[in-house]
Amino acid sequence: MDRIPILKMGRFLLVTIQVDMHDRLALALQDDLTARITETGARGVLIDISALEMVDSFIGRMIANIASMARILDAETVVTGMQPAVAITLVELGLDLPGVRTALTVERGMRLLRSVLRAAGELEEPSDADDEGSDAGPAE
Amino acid sequence: MPPSQTSALAGVLQKDRAGVLQAWMQDQQAGSAARPDLMPASEVQDQASQLLDLLAAAVGSGEGRDGSSWQALRQFLASISTSRAAQGFSPVETAAFVLSVKQPLFTKLQQRAADPGQLPAELWAMTTLIDDLALQTTAVTLEARDRMIARQQEEMLELSTPVVKLWDGILALPMIGTLDSARTQVVMESLLQRIVQTGAEVAIIDITGVPTVDTLVAQHLIKTVTAARLMGADCIISGIRPQIAATIVHLGVDLTNVDTKATLADAFRLALRRTGHALGKSNGSERA
Amino acid sequence: MPVQRSDALPIRNASDVVAVRQLVRTRAQEAGFNLVDQTRIVTAASELARNTLDYGGGGRATVQVLTETGRTGLRMLFEDEGPGIPDIELALRDGYTTGHGLGLGLGGARRLMNDLRIESQPGKGTRVDTVRWR
Repeated sequence: MDRIPILKMGRFLLVTIQVDMHDRLALALQDDLTARITETGARGVLIDISALEMVDSFIGRMIANIASMARILDAETVVTGMQPAVAITLVELGLDLPGVRTALTVERGMRLLRSVLRAAGELEEPSDADDEGSDAGPAE
Repeated sequence: MPPSQTSALAGVLQKDRAGVLQAWMQDQQAGSAARPDLMPASEVQDQASQLLDLLAAAVGSGEGRDGSSWQALRQFLASISTSRAAQGFSPVETAAFVLSVKQPLFTKLQQRAADPGQLPAELWAMTTLIDDLALQTTAVTLEARDRMIARQQEEMLELSTPVVKLWDGILALPMIGTLDSARTQVVMESLLQRIVQTGAEVAIIDITGVPTVDTLVAQHLIKTVTAARLMGADCIISGIRPQIAATIVHLGVDLTNVDTKATLADAFRLALRRTGHALGKSNGSERA
Repeated sequence: MPVQRSDALPIRNASDVVAVRQLVRTRAQEAGFNLVDQTRIVTAASELARNTLDYGGGGRATVQVLTETGRTGLRMLFEDEGPGIPDIELALRDGYTTGHGLGLGLGGARRLMNDLRIESQPGKGTRVDTVRWR
């Protein structure tokens, strides 16, 4: 079965969902991500869903689960790029993903993760040194 | 209707066409439906003449009402309804033009009646047919009007709810007038769309110009704020009047998770702070 | 209501649910629904197709484009021969679930569509019939 690739970028994990996921693929992503957080000691997870044309209750729950599990594993999660039509539908469906951080773009999402970690005293990078090109290289 | 009842009419239309047309035109000019200011008599006669030809063809064809000759007649009626409406005729005047053919047809049917016992049935068939045609002109006019109203409503909606950029990363939507559920929904969708297009982090929905809010509208507002949050943007609602605040509490709508400010200025100040802009006075004419 | 177009798809596994979503997206686009409405319909289709698979043990989906007095609609039918729903009112309530979901499927789908009807006979199966008008 195909899987959704997870990229490691410094202390963050980066996932871009670009396919119309069936339920097993979504569950596999949930398992893979939690495994990778433990494996790499990642402190942040960024999930970009700008290419998703639909998020139903199953995928919504998968996203909420990832955020909760990551928090237990001491990592912050941010979801980026949700389309307006998807957001409206999700709210009408009755799902508002409380406790999941969001950002308009991947760039803003990265900035948000850094500021959250910096506020928690977990990141010792100088502030604002983080807007240079974000080449998402594979795991180091 | 059975052909036997319109066969007399078909005969009249064929044999007395010229007489009917002449009498019709005379009635027209005498009647109140004549509008020489809108259409010269020659054009009226043109339309009448074409209408008689098409009617004769349809009645004489023996086809059902779905037949091609009837369709041609209906199309012609639709075209004169549209053109007359554009020229300034009222729907009543257009219908009256069609209905006024009854009198000459009535007279001719009477003159040519072979069997007086059949006459009432023949007259009735003619009358219902002409009524039907007149009603069609009205239906076409009404449809055109409905389309115009729908289009104007759309245009008004676009005009009445501009999404404006206040600062880098800050959008404002000043809403004016009574909000109904459909309008709120359209406006909110366009606001969310603009957030993506401009990459705005904060959107201010200002309802200073909104007199009342009902439950559905309040729910749409909350839905929009929640949807914006899912996308990664913050919404602030400003300009809530005391009556609206009372209504919202009375309706049991929960706004605890929504940022609200009394005025657009307060909301803007909060938005600037959220986006990391400092606001202060300087002694010159510069602005922050 | 004249049916302009009708297609049926089987629902036997998770990939079929994706196929249903894609068919519904195409038909909703062709019927001229705007993007938000398309998303509502596709999301409802996803919820209902998943129910057919998870609770009905599989079945089929029928997608139709309707026209009625100048308006266009998209109708979806989900049918299965599964165990049926004993209490439909309860099943429509948010948060109620007999499975592993959030219990937002049926109630959520009803909010996203204009009309949603459920017929179910315990032991015989379930049929969900839903429409959204443009």
